[in-house]
Amino acid sequence: MAKKVLVFLEQRNGSIKNAALQVVKFGAEVASALGMEAEAVTIGNNIDGLSKVGGFGINKVTHYKNELLENYSSSAYSKIVSDFANELGAEIIVISNTALGKDIAPRIAVKTGSAIAVDVVDYKVEGSEIIFTRPVYAGKALTAVKLKPEKKVITIRPNVFNAGEPGSDSAEVVTKEAGELDLREKVIEIKKSEGKLDVAEADKIVSGGRGLKGPENFHLIEELADVIGAAHGASRAVVDAGWRPHSEQVGQTGKTVSPNLYIAVGISGAIQHIAGMRSSKFIVAINKDKDAPIFQIADYGIAGDAFEILPPLISELKRLKEN
Amino acid sequence: MKIAVCVSHVPDTAAKISIGPDGKNIDPDGVTFVVNPYDEFAIEEALKTREKSGGEVIILSVGSDANKESIRKALAMGADSAVLLKDDSWRDSVAVAGALADEIKNIGAELVFFGKQSVDYDNSIVGQLTAEILGFNCVSVVVSLDINDGKIRAEREIEGGKEVVETSLPAVITAQKGLNEPRYASLKGIMAAKKKTIEEKPAATYENLSEVTEMKRPQVKQPGKIIGTDASAVPELVRLLKEEAKVI
Ligand SMILES: Cc1cc2nc3c(=O)[nH]c(=O)nc-3n(C[C@H](O)[C@H](O)[C@H](O)COP(=O)(O)OP(=O)(O)OC[C@H]3O[C@@H](n4cnc5c(N)ncnc54)[C@H](O)[C@@H]3O)c2cc1C
Ligand SMILES: Nc1ncnc2c1ncn2[C@@H]1O[C@H](COP(=O)(O)O)[C@@H](O)[C@H]1O
Repeated sequence: MAKKVLVFLEQRNGSIKNAALQVVKFGAEVASALGMEAEAVTIGNNIDGLSKVGGFGINKVTHYKNELLENYSSSAYSKIVSDFANELGAEIIVISNTALGKDIAPRIAVKTGSAIAVDVVDYKVEGSEIIFTRPVYAGKALTAVKLKPEKKVITIRPNVFNAGEPGSDSAEVVTKEAGELDLREKVIEIKKSEGKLDVAEADKIVSGGRGLKGPENFHLIEELADVIGAAHGASRAVVDAGWRPHSEQVGQTGKTVSPNLYIAVGISGAIQHIAGMRSSKFIVAINKDKDAPIFQIADYGIAGDAFEILPPLISELKRLKEN
Repeated sequence: MKIAVCVSHVPDTAAKISIGPDGKNIDPDGVTFVVNPYDEFAIEEALKTREKSGGEVIILSVGSDANKESIRKALAMGADSAVLLKDDSWRDSVAVAGALADEIKNIGAELVFFGKQSVDYDNSIVGQLTAEILGFNCVSVVVSLDINDGKIRAEREIEGGKEVVETSLPAVITAQKGLNEPRYASLKGIMAAKKKTIEEKPAATYENLSEVTEMKRPQVKQPGKIIGTDASAVPELVRLLKEEAKVI
């Protein structure tokens, strides 16, 4: 029997997350590079569209279903995944490096006796061995990591491995009863924050810094974000000043993001800010100081006053969208 | 109640990182080390818990003598005592968690605070690993905490909001920014800390399950172009985003 890669699919409100599709694609790829087989497991109550993971390369999904599992429970989820992995004899368990994934992965590693590497951004296969690359020191260095035991748990950074376009295959979905639930920790409520889109999940981000002068001017950031369908981000300076909520902070002590487009307005580009957004694919900087460090990593920059540049930029993009 | 706080000693976030001669570690020369920023929230929360419900706050750190600097800072903030679990060689997270779990059992702590993440290896796992090894309950990335009669209600940060989690002691909590405002050490605290002894013992032996085979610098991005200095650059920016970057 072929060895197994087990992929954990994260759902929220009954839908599979985008990041989970990236894990499917990644798991299928790793399995094929190592001559293994990949399967997926998910936990929740009603979950839509599970069979579509077939299109991303995995043709069997086991769904542990129970009303009490609709919301996350760290103890219950980690036990179910671990028991299933053990039953399957899975060698590699792949999880997305999201809030839930980061919480659950180490617990699964202990329960299954696996080594763990988190926030993986690359890998290579050498013979039968797999070596993972992960950033350390907020991305100021990269490490190659070897996990010694056969059993391995890894989490992959969202938006680094592309899920790509789905094929037409659909996966077989097996629904199972979860047995006795270990509900020692239980989510009893989810409080949504004001901003619609979270920076950690967004494909485009517009961030504002102290250069915006005051909280009353952030409507410019919001309008620009809205026209291009981006999330709003912020530097720590404006979060500390209370202009923006902490959930928007990008950087070493905020969120790490890797969107396709990151627009930094009135942000100097301090090392701790850059740490959180340097892996963005395209970076645009608008800053009136041409020597601001943010220009060192920006693909395109305008070295001018944000209050002069944002209004025409917003209207130009609106026009483009309407046509 | 005994409350433990696990503290790591890490390069300052502003530090320039260069790779050491072995190609596997950083070169510590000229790097300032500080208390891991998230651990300050953990220390503060432990002190607040003690102030509210009584008890004793014990700092635990795995590492070399250098860690004493961060331990002293935690004592100066108001912790009661500290144990340095000594090991001069590199340990992975699993081996760190193993040593911490042994000592937590040893001192009989029921509530253990961690930072959500060490800003050196950015793993974010030692708290959850330790909880699981001990069979403690665990809530990670906590921004609000309420403990009453052994019952815990915590809010943890997730994408787009917060989860409200209920659990009970014994428990591990990993602290996120926003949980509290860490206090400054008072002069009195600093003087008192000098008199406190830091207990030292070898960290329990645990095998590293992972190995860093190489450390390297990320590819440096070439600075792009500054396309203008005022609003007249807007059409060109929009064109580049559309045609070159193809992101809008
Ligand atoms: C432990 C630690 C952790 C940290 N973590 C983070 C983190 O996670 N995220 C983070 O962002 N920071 C973090 N910082 C803070 C960081 O060092 C900087 O202080 C912060 O990023 C600065 O924010 P800023 O760029 O908005 O402000 P500033 O550095 O003040 O920059 C404002 C910029 O706006 C420009 N400007 C002014 N007026 C205009 C105008 N009219 N139009 C256009 N541009 C204008 C200025 O030229 C300047 O470059 C951390 C610091 C420490 C010590
Ligand atoms: N060597 C260590 N000694 C004591 N506590 C540690 C050590 N390393 C990590 N921790 C704790 O574990 C948390 C998470 O670290 P990490 O999983 O390495 O990101 C830190 O914020 C500390 O509270």
